[in-house]
Amino acid sequence: MVKYIFRRLISLIPLLFGITIITFMVIHLVPGKPTDMETQFNPKVSLEARDRIARLYGLDKPLHVQYADWLKRMASFDFGVSFVDSRPVIEKIRERIPVTLGINLASIILILLIGVPIGISSAVRENSFYDRSMTVFVFIGFAMPTIWLSLILMDLIGVQWGILPVSGIKSLEFERFSFLEKIIDVSRHLVLPVFVSAFAGLAGISRYMRSNMVQVLRQNYIRTARAKGLSEKEVVYKHALKNALLPIVTILGLSVPGLIGGSVIFESIFSIPGMGRLFYESVMARDYPVIMGVLVIGAALTLMGNLLADISYAAVDPRIKLE
Amino acid sequence: MNKLILSGAAIVIFFAIVALFAPLLSPYDPGEIDIENILTGPSPEHLLGTDSLGRDLFSRMVYGTRISLLVGLIAVGISALIGVILGSLAGYYGRWVDTLIMRFVDVMLCFPAFFLILAVIALLEPSIINIMIIIGVTSWMGVARLIRAEILSLKERDFIYAEKAIGASDLRIISRHLIPNAMGPVLVSVTLGVAAAILVESSLSFLGIGVQPPTPSWGNILSEGKSVMGAAWWMLFFPGLAIFITVLGYNLLGEGIRENILKT
Repeated sequence: MVKYIFRRLISLIPLLFGITIITFMVIHLVPGKPTDMETQFNPKVSLEARDRIARLYGLDKPLHVQYADWLKRMASFDFGVSFVDSRPVIEKIRERIPVTLGINLASIILILLIGVPIGISSAVRENSFYDRSMTVFVFIGFAMPTIWLSLILMDLIGVQWGILPVSGIKSLEFERFSFLEKIIDVSRHLVLPVFVSAFAGLAGISRYMRSNMVQVLRQNYIRTARAKGLSEKEVVYKHALKNALLPIVTILGLSVPGLIGGSVIFESIFSIPGMGRLFYESVMARDYPVIMGVLVIGAALTLMGNLLADISYAAVDPRIKLE
Repeated sequence: MNKLILSGAAIVIFFAIVALFAPLLSPYDPGEIDIENILTGPSPEHLLGTDSLGRDLFSRMVYGTRISLLVGLIAVGISALIGVILGSLAGYYGRWVDTLIMRFVDVMLCFPAFFLILAVIALLEPSIINIMIIIGVTSWMGVARLIRAEILSLKERDFIYAEKAIGASDLRIISRHLIPNAMGPVLVSVTLGVAAAILVESSLSFLGIGVQPPTPSWGNILSEGKSVMGAAWWMLFFPGLAIFITVLGYNLLGEGIRENILKT
C-alpha cells in the first residue's frame, strides 16, 4: 500500500509541472499584458514608468527565465502580491479555501446520502414506474442550469417567502450570537448554496450507481447468493452493494474539478466569500498574481482529489494492489 | 427511432428554426426601448413581458436563441476539430507522440474548466468570437481520448493493413479510413458537448464576461433578471427555461444516439 501511494505521488510530479507551464503560458502568451491594467488606462503613466513596472515583475526578461523565477518562488508558496490590495496572494487564497472546500464537502456528502439510495432502489426495481421516473429526474438534473436553479430558489425561498437568507454566509449580527445560534445561522445561509451545488452531481451519481448496481445484480455470485436462500435484502445490501459502491469513489474524485469550477457561479450568485468568488473578482480586476495562484491551487486540489480517490479505491479493493 | 432521439431532435430542431427565422418570429426589434412599458408582465402585446428598458422579452429571447446556439455549435466544432486531430495523431503514431499528447490531455483535465475559461477571458475582450474559441480550446480533451481509443483498436484491423500494403500515405489512412470509422462515439460526445457549451456561455454571459449587452443572450437576460429579482419573475423564468429545455434537448439526442445507434 505504501509503495502504491509512493508511486502515485511520483506520477504527480510531471502533472504539477505541466499545470504550472499551462498557467504560465495562459497568462503570458495571450495578447494583453499583465501590467496593462495598471498602466494603459492611466494617461499619467509615462512610457518610462511602464518599463519600470514591467521590470518590477520581471517582464523584460526572456520567457523561460521568467518561468524559472516564478517556479522557484512557487516552490516556497510565494505567489506574489495582489495588484488590488498588495496582500500576499497565498494569504488571500488561504482564507477563502475553507469556505469553498466546506461547501463542496457538504454537497458531496449530500450527493452520496441521496444519490446512492436512489441508484440502488432504481436498480432493484429496474424498468418499474419508479425507475423510469428517476431516469426523468436524472435528465432534468443534468440539464438544469445552476444559475437558473439558484435564481429561482433565491427569488422564491429567499425574497418572496423570506424563509432563508440568500446572501453571504453569516448574518450582520453574527458576532452577538451564542455558539449554537452561530452554527444555526451559518447552516441557514448554506442550505441553498449546498443544495444548488449538489443538484447536478446528484443526477450523475444516482445514474452511475444505478448502472453499477444493475450490472452487479446480473453476476453469477448474486445468483449463487439467491440460490442458497438468502433474503433479497441480504443479497442486495450485503453482497451486491459493496461491489457496486467501489467505482463511486473514482467518480467522486473525478467530479472535483467540476465542483470547484462550479463554485465560481454559485459563490457569485449567493455572495459567498470563497475561492470561486475570489477568482471571479480577480478576473474582473485583472489581478494576475491572484488569477495565476488560484489556477495553480485549483488544479492542485483536483490532483489531490484524484489521488485521494485512487488511494481509497486501492484501500477498499484488494484487487488493485496486484497491479 | 426511439423516444429519446425523437424528443431530443424535436427540441433541437425547434430551437434551430427559432434561431434561423428570428427576424420573422420576433414582433419587435430586440433593441427597441419603450419607456412607457417598463417591466410589464406577460400580456397579449408582449408575450413574455418587457425588461427594465421596456424592450420586448420575447423578441430578445428569440434573438438570444441565435447567439446561444451559434456559440454552442461553433465552440463544439472547434473542440471537435482539435480533439479529432490530436486524438488521431496520438492513436495512430503511438510512442512519444502519444505520450506527449495524452500527458497534455491529463494536465488540461486537472484544471477546473471554468477557471481556465475565466482566466483566458480576463486577458481577452469578451467578444462572441473569443468566447467560442475559448470554450472550444478548453473542452477538446474528451473527444481526443475517445478518438485515440477507437483508433488504437481500428489500426490493427485488416483493412488498414491492406491500405498500408498498397502504399497509402499516413494522412490518407487517418483521414479517409480511421477517422470516419471512429466518429460514432465522437458524435455522441459532440452532441452532449453542445449542451455543455450552451451552459458555459450562459454562465459567462450571466457573470458579465460573456456576450455583452445590448446583444441579447439567454445568459445576460438572466443577469438583468437577477437585478430586478422580486419585481419581474418573467425575466428570471423564461431565459432559464429556454436554456434548460435546449440543454435537455441536446442531452436527450446524445443519449438517444448512444443507446440506439451505437448500442453501448
